[in-house]
Amino acid sequence: MTTAWTNRLENPVSARLRDPAFTGYLGLFLGAFAAFLAIPPIEARTLTWPVVVGIAATLLGIWTATRGRRRLGYGAVATGVLGIGLGILATRSGTENLHAVFDPTLIAQTFGFATPLVFGAIAGMFSERSGVVNIGLEGMMLMGAFWGVYGADKGGNWIVGILLGAAVGALLALVYAYFAIHLRSDQIVGGTAVNFLALGVTGYFFVQLYHNNYVPNGVSTIPNIRIPGLSGTHFFGPAIGNLNLMIWAGFVLVIVSYVVLFKTPIGLRIRACGEHPRAADTVGINVYAVRYACVVLSGVLAALGGVYLSTGNIGGGTFIANMTNGRGFIALAAMIFCNWRPAGAFGAAVLFGFSSALALRLQVYSASAATLFNVLPYVLTLIAVAGVIGRTVAPAADGKPYAKQ
Amino acid sequence: MTEPRHDANVSPEQAAQTGTLAARISLTHRAGGVAVPVVTVLVAFLMGGVVVLATGHNPLLAYRDVFNGAGLNWIFHPTTNIADTAAYHLSQTLLATTTLILTGLAVAFAFRCGMFNIGGQGQYFVGFYVANWVGFALEGMTPVLHILLAIGAAVLAGAIWAGIAGVLKATVGAHEVISTIMLNWIAIWIGEWLVADGGPLQDPSQPFNPTSKAVSPGAQLPVFWGSQSLQGLHIGIFIALAALVAFWAILNRTTLGYEVRAVGFNPDAAAYGGIDVRKNIIRAMAISGAFAGLAGALDMLGYIYQFSQNDIPVSAVGFLGIAVALLGRNTAIGTLLGALLFGGLLFGTTHGLTSNVISPELAGNLTYIIQGLVVLFIGADVLILYLWNSRRRGRRRRPPAPSAEAAA
Repeated sequence: MTTAWTNRLENPVSARLRDPAFTGYLGLFLGAFAAFLAIPPIEARTLTWPVVVGIAATLLGIWTATRGRRRLGYGAVATGVLGIGLGILATRSGTENLHAVFDPTLIAQTFGFATPLVFGAIAGMFSERSGVVNIGLEGMMLMGAFWGVYGADKGGNWIVGILLGAAVGALLALVYAYFAIHLRSDQIVGGTAVNFLALGVTGYFFVQLYHNNYVPNGVSTIPNIRIPGLSGTHFFGPAIGNLNLMIWAGFVLVIVSYVVLFKTPIGLRIRACGEHPRAADTVGINVYAVRYACVVLSGVLAALGGVYLSTGNIGGGTFIANMTNGRGFIALAAMIFCNWRPAGAFGAAVLFGFSSALALRLQVYSASAATLFNVLPYVLTLIAVAGVIGRTVAPAADGKPYAKQ
Repeated sequence: MTEPRHDANVSPEQAAQTGTLAARISLTHRAGGVAVPVVTVLVAFLMGGVVVLATGHNPLLAYRDVFNGAGLNWIFHPTTNIADTAAYHLSQTLLATTTLILTGLAVAFAFRCGMFNIGGQGQYFVGFYVANWVGFALEGMTPVLHILLAIGAAVLAGAIWAGIAGVLKATVGAHEVISTIMLNWIAIWIGEWLVADGGPLQDPSQPFNPTSKAVSPGAQLPVFWGSQSLQGLHIGIFIALAALVAFWAILNRTTLGYEVRAVGFNPDAAAYGGIDVRKNIIRAMAISGAFAGLAGALDMLGYIYQFSQNDIPVSAVGFLGIAVALLGRNTAIGTLLGALLFGGLLFGTTHGLTSNVISPELAGNLTYIIQGLVVLFIGADVLILYLWNSRRRGRRRRPPAPSAEAAA
């Protein structure tokens, strides 16, 4: 430690610049910037700048990879190459289509698509950090989506929807927790069961409670937050001046969960139960209680993501059968993709949200190819678990039932 | 992930209460072998009935209508005449059973190697697409060859799709559950793309209609019960039954099966015994995927013939295969029975249901509830074992019969 400090003191600037972490993140940033140069508002119409910046990103990535940070380095290389490719595509395409795809509302839409994933990924993280695999995120999210809109409809207020959705999510998670923790049943099988059960229960009650398979118009929805100074401005107004309450709640959630997990004794206990439950038990931590709390919290958060889906600004107070359509699994993917860490999971969720938003907008170019864009989150996760760009590491006791002695 | 360990699930207290070791083994075998699935199904139907009752329908009448909807009342007056409603419904139930046998085997085979193949749906879809493509692209081939080629290509595609997960597990240790989930969704979106407007499989004669071309008549499987235009029962059911026999024979009568099971029981011990664990993981996943790909091929060539974007999200046969295999305890005969149960439920609660007690839309979701409960309870056989044990204890208290213990 001392040597590192003295090095920095002797030559502070160049040491910082040669730090592989710094070059890696700079490479990632430049790679994204290369693509950004070619799209509005900058919109370079010649290839030079995107290619130059992209090559710089790639070189930084190679530099980083050869100095120990392989995952980060290859990530930067991939971003650089991708940035050049996207830059070429963007400079070749017509200005009109480009403007239709890349307007400031793309940012708002990205956050809109990302928010259920943020809630889901953080939900999964709490559960898995405590040592319980949660494949049932999709089901818990779906429950939140249906009961949230039902509560908002019958209770007359979106707050009732949020409360009911969270309560049902917690209940389902409690059932799962009992099977996974007390009965020590296989957690993958249990989570799969939760997904089937949620699909059946929401479908059943949707038909039973809304006979015409249609939630009536005028359901109270979660409001958007208008930022007075911003909402009038040219760029920031449509981008972030009018985001939904739940989107902001998602931002706060990421920060809070980071602090709780990594900076508080509670977080230390949670992680101890996920890494080495026997040791945690020995020092007096009630492993079962921690795991129950985490799984139930996971159910609440996943359900909140679902409530946003149906009752937020994207759903607008509607529900359709199997509304989540794999979003719970994308959330799971986001969590795995960034190694069970809140900030990383947020980044991945935004990336995946961005790919969904793009998939919707790229239909101006080609309907079929735009559909294929939806595959991106799953392919990236497959690459990530394959260890091509470094290895993902789950909590050591994740998925292993703990038997008290 | 290993197969449920019966002995490990019995707590020391339970073991002490049931007496000798032989008795305990016998109990867990019997309870684990037959009682768990039977009790699970009963509990699932009971709880499903409670939901039906709570929402103001008569569960007994509802289940009776589902029973009739599945065509199971055919056994009271058997006939081969397809015009008979019960006979027609039975043929449709068997059609669903054909698929579920194979998607069940896809899960069961991987389970026997200690892996949970949750990706049966994706492997099914890949086989489904490939069978469609081979089925219409090679129009004019000799019929039998065409069928064999389409099935072979679909089986291979399913094997490769699952093999990706197997290779990832064997080489870099990626958990097969995560990779097969991702592969499921990749397969689903690829399907949406294939038949999207301008997609490779989309029928160009119907612009803006996201539907594939139909399989040419030469590649369609012969129908032996009912008529082709009314989704008659095709010969695929015999292929599925043959696959059951093949599953049993591979596992129990070949070196491959022995190695797969050894890896499933204990990979470390298998490796110590000279078995190549990595090779067997890849092989087991590929064979699993082959079963699911075959299911997709039989559906496509047997009665579906073409698919549209709307067909993709509603298909759940791959996921039902999980319940089928778990319920069947990953054995051939169990998978057959599980597939019959869920095949009956699948058709009997939806298209087959004519009822004034419960609507098909409602009952169709009841199938998912029952499926979820079955999977939930089967994963927790310690619960069922506990119920079984307490029943035995109650019986033992009344007449003190020490010989019953020895006989058990």
